[in-house]
Amino acid sequence: MIPIEHFVLLSAALLCIGLLIVIIKKNAIVVLMGIELILNASNINLVAFARYDPSIQGQLFTLFVIIVAAAEAAVALAIVVRVYSYFKSSDLDRIKELKG
Amino acid sequence: MELYLFYVFAALALVSALVIIFTKNVLYAAFALVLTLLCIAAVYVYAMAPFIAVIQIIVYIGGVLVLMIFGMMLTNRLSNKSLLTEHHYIPQGLVLTTALFVLIYKALSGVNFSGLSWMKEGFAPAEDNIQQIGVYLMSDYILPFEVAAVLLLSALIGALVLSQRKERYP
Repeated sequence: MIPIEHFVLLSAALLCIGLLIVIIKKNAIVVLMGIELILNASNINLVAFARYDPSIQGQLFTLFVIIVAAAEAAVALAIVVRVYSYFKSSDLDRIKELKG
Repeated sequence: MELYLFYVFAALALVSALVIIFTKNVLYAAFALVLTLLCIAAVYVYAMAPFIAVIQIIVYIGGVLVLMIFGMMLTNRLSNKSLLTEHHYIPQGLVLTTALFVLIYKALSGVNFSGLSWMKEGFAPAEDNIQQIGVYLMSDYILPFEVAAVLLLSALIGALVLSQRKERYP
């Protein structure tokens, strides 16, 4: 059995990398990739702690997180395509029509 | 042996996640994300969740990544130049994420996991718990299961409506 600390550390590192991607990248699609990484980091924690649970609730919850992530990616990419056709750019710094 | 293989997959996941940060080419970032998600699927196998690992490969690599590469194609004028992305707020981001990681690491090093009673009993589910997942999905978790189906349908319709070319919504 692999100790639980390794899973938690891996998930913490992936969370931080995903957050860094969300903060520093300008392209909307890469920001979405960062969000996927953050969701995966949370899934690793859920699955790792489900090992100690007879009624594997963590794994079932992970299943639903994956479903919601897929729905989120579909809608978010549709919005990005729409925004691109309006602003002719997917650069988040140039999409500032509502900015005061 | 198991532990070393886990280290290899974890290191590969972290390195390819770092590639996403350092590369400017969006397509390379997408392929690095494929590698990261595959390595996370391997990590799920070591956490005794083979079903979740298969779902991860099918949904993320078969669905989400293909969707992202399509989105990349649709948000790029056809030219010989590759789609590049710039960086901004690098110092703030580095400080914030490093502080967050140090915080989590400090909190984690203060926890004595092996001293917890429920962890000492250490019920490890069977290697093959796919049947158990199926039974739970059709009994205790039937309501979330159906709600997830409706959510996926509404996300599908929403994505279709949003990406229509017609200027119906000014």
